[in-house]
Amino acid sequence: MSPLPTFSSMAPEAGLDRALALSRPDIIEEVKQSGLKGRGGAGFPTGMKWNFAAAAQADEKFIICNADEGEPGTFKDRVILQDHADLVFEGMTIAGKAVNAQEGIVFLRGEYTYLRPQLEAALAKRRKKGLLGKDILGSGLDFDIRIFMGAGAYICGEETALIEALEGFRGEPRNRPPFPVNTGFLGRPSVVNNVETLACAACIMQRGAAWWKAMGTEKSTGFKVFSISGDCGKPGVYEFPMGITVAQLLQEVAGVGAKAVQVGGASGLCIPASQFSRAIAFEDIPTGGSIIVFGQHRDMLDVLHNFLEFFVDESCGQCTPCRLGNGKLLEGVELLKEGKCSMAYLQELCALGDTMQIASKCGLGQSSPSAFLSVVKNFREELMGRTYSQV
Amino acid sequence: MLMTARERLAREIKALAEKHGHARAALIPIVQEIKHKYRKVDDFAMQVIADQLGIHPVEVYSVVSFYAFLGSQASGKFIIRLCRTISCDMQGKERVMRQMENDLGIKFGETTSDGKFSLEWANCMGMCDQGPAMLVNEKIYTHVTPEKVHEILEECRRSFGVHATEQKEVYLV
Repeated sequence: MSPLPTFSSMAPEAGLDRALALSRPDIIEEVKQSGLKGRGGAGFPTGMKWNFAAAAQADEKFIICNADEGEPGTFKDRVILQDHADLVFEGMTIAGKAVNAQEGIVFLRGEYTYLRPQLEAALAKRRKKGLLGKDILGSGLDFDIRIFMGAGAYICGEETALIEALEGFRGEPRNRPPFPVNTGFLGRPSVVNNVETLACAACIMQRGAAWWKAMGTEKSTGFKVFSISGDCGKPGVYEFPMGITVAQLLQEVAGVGAKAVQVGGASGLCIPASQFSRAIAFEDIPTGGSIIVFGQHRDMLDVLHNFLEFFVDESCGQCTPCRLGNGKLLEGVELLKEGKCSMAYLQELCALGDTMQIASKCGLGQSSPSAFLSVVKNFREELMGRTYSQV
Repeated sequence: MLMTARERLAREIKALAEKHGHARAALIPIVQEIKHKYRKVDDFAMQVIADQLGIHPVEVYSVVSFYAFLGSQASGKFIIRLCRTISCDMQGKERVMRQMENDLGIKFGETTSDGKFSLEWANCMGMCDQGPAMLVNEKIYTHVTPEKVHEILEECRRSFGVHATEQKEVYLV
């Protein structure tokens, strides 16, 4: 049984057939109407993104599929690419038609190199069926997709860093604006969408915006694919409507009784048991789909230590708040573990975290202190005045 | 390096540049192929790549050193990357690490003296529900336990070298 009921129930290429018969503005309007927001975590409305790229004037445009899934606790894109790659390629082709792009690029993370042969085979099959290449299904649309392998950098999940890598540079995020929809890969307008977003767009094309809008909440429409790991009975990939509460979710995955839940991966928020009635949706707790459950026996400082080591390692080093800030927070956690951190210093670290959120150049530095700040806020009694025996 | 080996490497890089193009965007694919074959990208290789793409070698170095998979010093035939991120950490990566180090007699970040195995850490590799996870070259292993470590290492040994009993090399999956 496939773990993703909705994706499995889609008729192959029905969305593409419909899109090929529609005009460009109609496709974009349908996606806009659905209210689909980016599934990578940032939640930018997909219809708007396509519209900007469609409006940009250029001789060449690109559709880039962001398969550089690196957020700790996220593995949904791997499952989608393994089981529903055709839906993703279909979504890319639809996007290609919508914005008038001729080339699609899948940026696949280096850790998923083992997926490449099966993806190349799927692409070859589509070319043979006339679903890619020149004059797709006799509609006059030219579009082809190639795969670019990443080389092991978390930061390349950020869209401008990803484009830098595609162009052969260090994966250092660019200033925005200009946004990739105007000045992207090779200076051409480029749409960068998450794997899941593209698959969802193909579903919306097939079943219509109204079907999609009937699920989820008013501001966060549709369903979301979640990657669930940690201290629960049934970890794995799940499909839930947006707006599900943390408590309902724990019920489903046999994780009831958890001490805390990390929503949105290492750069997300740490939700304590007292707030399990909150909803997972863009208007409450935003997420790219990563849910990590912490049982009662987990030490939150160990968790923070792991997260900050990750960020120190993965910071690209370009801007100071992120490069030095994460190191300072890590040192702070080590002091807390040893029971040597004064309240005044802890407050200073929190102020540093606030500064990083404001002053960092890209999403990595802006969100890396979130876990630290939410643990300090929600688990303060656990942090202070440790003795050596607890280390 | 022998002159002939250098010439061969230069020829290969030139062929790769023909295949991927001489534009800057070809840099990472070329480096990936050299890295995959030779397990390292040395100064000479970087110089030839730079010449082919018409950029300064320091530009090549800056890119190679930025990416974990390109700049890594691990040069073993089998590069073992154990995931150290939170979910694998909570599922016991520490004990797997200890057993790896014991079985190979090296620490993480080192290569065995026979050049067969390198141990490295990796950040989240998207197997959080099946941890602890690790990559051996491009092949993924999940639910790794300290007891399984020996069998995985033996599988590698069986697949490579004069005493190989299995045809397929693990890294060619």
